Amino acid sequence: MRTRALIVAVLLLLAGCTAGGGDDDGPVTLRFQSLAWQEESVQANKELVKEWNATHSDVKVEYIQGSWSSVHDQLLTSFEGGEAPDIIHDASDDLADFAYGGYLADLTDLLPARLKSDIPQRSWETTTFGDGVYGVPFLQEPRVLVANATWLKRSGVRIPTPEHPWSWAEFRQITEQLTGDGKYGVAWPLKEPVSATLNLSLSAGGQLFHRGADGKVTVRFEAGDEVVPRTVHDQVDTDHSASPTTLGSGGSDTLPGFFGGRYAMVPLGFSYRQQIVQQAPKGFDWQVLPAPAGADGLAQGVSPQTLSVAEDSPHQQEAAAFIDFLLRPKNMVRLALGDWMLPTGTQALADPALHTAKDDWATGTALAEHLRPAPAQSVRGYAEWKDKVATPAFQEYYSGAIDLGELRERLEKDGNLVLARYQR
Amino acid sequence: MRTRPAARAGRAAQYTALIGYLVFLAFPFLWLLSVAFKPARELGSLHPTWIPKHPTLANFRQAFDEQPLLHAASNSLLAAVSAAVIAVALATPMAYVMARQRTRLARAASGWVVVSQAFPFVLVIIPLFLVLKNLRLIDSVPGLVMVYVVWALPFALWMLVGYVRAVPVELEEAAAIDGAGRLRTLVSVTAPLLAPGIVATALFAFITAWNEFFFALVLLKTPEKQTLPVVLTHFIGTEGVADLGPLAAAAFLATLPSLVVFAIVQRRITGGMLAGAVKS
Repeated sequence: MRTRALIVAVLLLLAGCTAGGGDDDGPVTLRFQSLAWQEESVQANKELVKEWNATHSDVKVEYIQGSWSSVHDQLLTSFEGGEAPDIIHDASDDLADFAYGGYLADLTDLLPARLKSDIPQRSWETTTFGDGVYGVPFLQEPRVLVANATWLKRSGVRIPTPEHPWSWAEFRQITEQLTGDGKYGVAWPLKEPVSATLNLSLSAGGQLFHRGADGKVTVRFEAGDEVVPRTVHDQVDTDHSASPTTLGSGGSDTLPGFFGGRYAMVPLGFSYRQQIVQQAPKGFDWQVLPAPAGADGLAQGVSPQTLSVAEDSPHQQEAAAFIDFLLRPKNMVRLALGDWMLPTGTQALADPALHTAKDDWATGTALAEHLRPAPAQSVRGYAEWKDKVATPAFQEYYSGAIDLGELRERLEKDGNLVLARYQR
Repeated sequence: MRTRPAARAGRAAQYTALIGYLVFLAFPFLWLLSVAFKPARELGSLHPTWIPKHPTLANFRQAFDEQPLLHAASNSLLAAVSAAVIAVALATPMAYVMARQRTRLARAASGWVVVSQAFPFVLVIIPLFLVLKNLRLIDSVPGLVMVYVVWALPFALWMLVGYVRAVPVELEEAAAIDGAGRLRTLVSVTAPLLAPGIVATALFAFITAWNEFFFALVLLKTPEKQTLPVVLTHFIGTEGVADLGPLAAAAFLATLPSLVVFAIVQRRITGGMLAGAVKS
């Protein structure tokens, strides 16, 4: 009995130590959870919050630092507990479950016409689930080839441009040409092989996920889907022009070998340029090349960074107004420069700061019009398909353990079983 | 006395194995230390060196400039110390009862303690979140401390039961024969012998709370209340890309308190627990 009384007393004491209830008087306070993590990006976000607060005495924004590595679990718990931030920074491929789960506000009627018309429809498609729009896509990055410029010049190969990119076949031939003496033409960092393969496959007309008339999605591994995996496989296993050791590596892991002259090229996200600028040895000459093109040109899939509003937020209008402020063209440029990524907004994308030759901004900006929603964007069950079926299947195929037929069978047969469970 | 060559070789092999094991254990920490002092260009080198060629404090400066590390460390310290003290204060009397009372209930309680260790974080986090929300303990350090105490309690209890059982009950009986009351026996005889166990248990609770990430991430919203492990993740970006230098610098600082606490108390833990307790 005494123990129970003690526990109750401790609970009351602890409850007494916490903050009291909310205060309805005074300005509205919005909590903005940002996932910005690079020094310049955090600074840009904080400055913009400061500027908003300086000019809006009735609506204050509180900056909360989140992190990419844990955002899904953290948001899920916050939503379940009714404690989510008002404004949520995330990526479009993480939004589907939250949108279908009713945790995010439909922004269709909350956003101003200026913002709606400034961002292209193909970007809005990444945040449209059912009939609603559940996030504003604002930053995106293409996958590019980062190349050792000196090596390329010395070899005499044709240097591709966004106007005249390499075809996949030409790319394979050139990597073979660049290979020799223990050096490789390319190093594929394919620790996460599925999204990289699927996104690049759009260039060759690969679609993989096909939605039927009944709205159900099935996996079909067709001719267009084969081009990119076959190229990688042949570079590693047939031509030996791609390093087999980097297949299990992340992008950052390949940089020391790239700087050390072991690989001529590394396919990386556009934002990796910041790390390259920071870490490359003095005098190291590098350049950004567009990823190879296929039947559908330079098309590739992306999952843009997004800003959403929590359904439970009592101040959705104010939150949308803050998003509108944050994504005004000049501000969007500041955020893009801070993250070394491309803005989705048409006006921001036209800003001269994003068309400079320095750090090859212009090459990346020229690719923006070719970016499409990632193929798996709104496929329910994708996460499980990716982890249980596609990741091991692609890893085994790239390492030469299985052939293309086996890869196809596993992606389709095992994959459709997984997807079917989510579409009953 | 001369030792035989075979014995000397055996001892040398033992020392070699021991040194190898120590190097293996120390490797992550030493590498962290090395990275923390390396400039960005050395981090991208194909031939990394143990000792930075151009050591710099820039990573530490950047880490402190970008994130409120000291504030986060003080939050972690408050939560970890509170959790350790409360967990030990609650576990010690419980452990004594469980160790000395050989009843069916005590055995069932011991079994439950072991089973409770098997629950994964994700299983309990949402119900826990809702309970704490109703208690208005979300986004508060006391709420976090309460979770840490609950989380550390079963294992602390399990550890302490073992320590109590190692104290010969004959000593307590001898004290009783000498006229000492129950309380006097506990304070003068049992408690001093349990001290190393209590310190070890407190250390375990402290380190568990100090390193804990998931509960702190989910329960604390206000940036000023976040703990060090949560703040460390702010140096990690999309696709696992990390700002390696500042992350290493911050992580190195985060390991220091645990090392200091270990250095202070390790002698108490290893010092013969029952030395001198029983006359031979």
